[in-house]
Amino acid sequence: MKVLVAVKRVIDYNVKVRVKPDQSGVDLDNVKMAMNPFCEIAVEEAVRLKEKGLASEVIVVSIGTAASQEQIRTALALGADRGLLIETDEEVQPLDAAKLLKAVVEQEQPGLVILGKQSIDSDNNQTGQMLAALTGMGQATFASAVEVTDDRVQVTREVDGGLMTLSLKLPAVITTDLRLNEPRYASLPNIMKAKKKPVAVTTADELGLALSPRLKTLKVEAPEPRKAGIKVADVAALVDKLKNEAKVI
Amino acid sequence: MTILVLAEHDNNTLNQASLSVIAAARAIGGDIDVLVAGENCSAVADAAAAADGVTRVLLADSPLYGHFLSENLALLLSRTGHAYSHILAAAGTTGKDVLPRVAALLDTAQISDIIRVEDADTFVRPIYAGNALATVRSDDPVKVITVRPTAFDPVSAEGGSAAIEALPAAEDAGLSAFVSAQNAESDRPDLASADIVISGGRGMQNGENFQLLENVADILGAAIGASRAAVDAGFVPNDMQVGQTGKIVAPQLYIAVGISGAIQHLAGMSDSKVIVAINKDEEAPIFQVADYGLVADLFDAVPALENALRDAV
Repeated sequence: MKVLVAVKRVIDYNVKVRVKPDQSGVDLDNVKMAMNPFCEIAVEEAVRLKEKGLASEVIVVSIGTAASQEQIRTALALGADRGLLIETDEEVQPLDAAKLLKAVVEQEQPGLVILGKQSIDSDNNQTGQMLAALTGMGQATFASAVEVTDDRVQVTREVDGGLMTLSLKLPAVITTDLRLNEPRYASLPNIMKAKKKPVAVTTADELGLALSPRLKTLKVEAPEPRKAGIKVADVAALVDKLKNEAKVI
Repeated sequence: MTILVLAEHDNNTLNQASLSVIAAARAIGGDIDVLVAGENCSAVADAAAAADGVTRVLLADSPLYGHFLSENLALLLSRTGHAYSHILAAAGTTGKDVLPRVAALLDTAQISDIIRVEDADTFVRPIYAGNALATVRSDDPVKVITVRPTAFDPVSAEGGSAAIEALPAAEDAGLSAFVSAQNAESDRPDLASADIVISGGRGMQNGENFQLLENVADILGAAIGASRAAVDAGFVPNDMQVGQTGKIVAPQLYIAVGISGAIQHLAGMSDSKVIVAINKDEEAPIFQVADYGLVADLFDAVPALENALRDAV
């Protein structure tokens, strides 16, 4: 069984983002970029399936500028076998991403597709579900445990009320939550080895698709900052403030 | 223009979040139909019909929907929803699971987690963990949207008298099956809609120490939350996580105990009306958003707070 993993290049989670003065977006110049943390968890899960003998090959795909090769190499260093970049300089919205990934699914015929549940830049939480819909696969979002047996996969999901376990027919789409696993660090030998692994480059055009972003971003603003508060000396002062000033207790 | 709202429920009770989604629908304007899909869930349909501002309730009562499997719900919603101008659901785990699937089936974009309605086509949503707010416009004929419930004051649960119509089930997608659920049982208010929330972080050191927060919560009638660090460390279960990728809360009072205040946590609680931070590290970023900060060892301060509140409340 092949496992396909989608990864996205995003602003590093530690970076404090700044909105551009012209309100056209956030400033990405000279900002540290990294693999989306949820995607890293997806790569780790796929590699573990291979190590357990449940997956034959782990293919990692990214959609974005040529710089996304860096994140594909990171995934290869973590243990993925080969990469595919769908190169574009344009904005890729989730529906387009899902359509591009569907084309890859049709070529590669994976038994399982694993994606992060959301990317920490656009915070959409959509692409996996859309891919599942377009390919007619079942979906298990927000996964915290994955168990593959013959022709099914059992997935425990983190939901509002607690945990929910589903059984899906394969092929299926899984999106990862934070506690699915703790991704490994790439070792130096594996980073060197990853440089020799194959990475193919294609385009939307070659896949027979044209990007058509449906949502128009009119402006991007910084939120109203909270006013700085005060420090209180002790618990008695705190309770007094809550009762008599804020009036919330 | 008619808007379809997917009700969130547990087959017995309509989730409060749905009343906020109905409020968002009213802000868009037009008739509002509420779809209640579940199993033996007529009580939920009754509750939806009584909500203020609802035009009609569609009740799809079938074993296919008892566990809210997204493949089946999305089929039903895409069949029913294509005739609507907007399809709305709360941005909880059900809405986030199902609506993108519906949008893809309808070949339309989905707009996630809106916090404001500018007009029927234009919405504001947080991106980058709430560090930026994007105003986006959709020209799709059907707009599929998840709504952040804390950003819209819920409509009244009473006053409406909408008609309830049965909606036949769509076919079984046959792709997934429910195996089991592990639901946290609690007498406390729902974290996402509680008036007061007290949350613990890594500073709590272990799960047993959350008893200190329980004692305070008992007095205040508060819900209990946690930072990602506390959940990752196994102190408390995942459904207590407040943050960018966990639950978004905006209570009247949020008390952060032993939480440093990573931006991912702030994304989940910074719209709270009053924020209190108790932390022994006076440099902790949580103090930058706190209305009242107390630099103290939580193991002294929280029991003292419990005692003081017992006298004060």
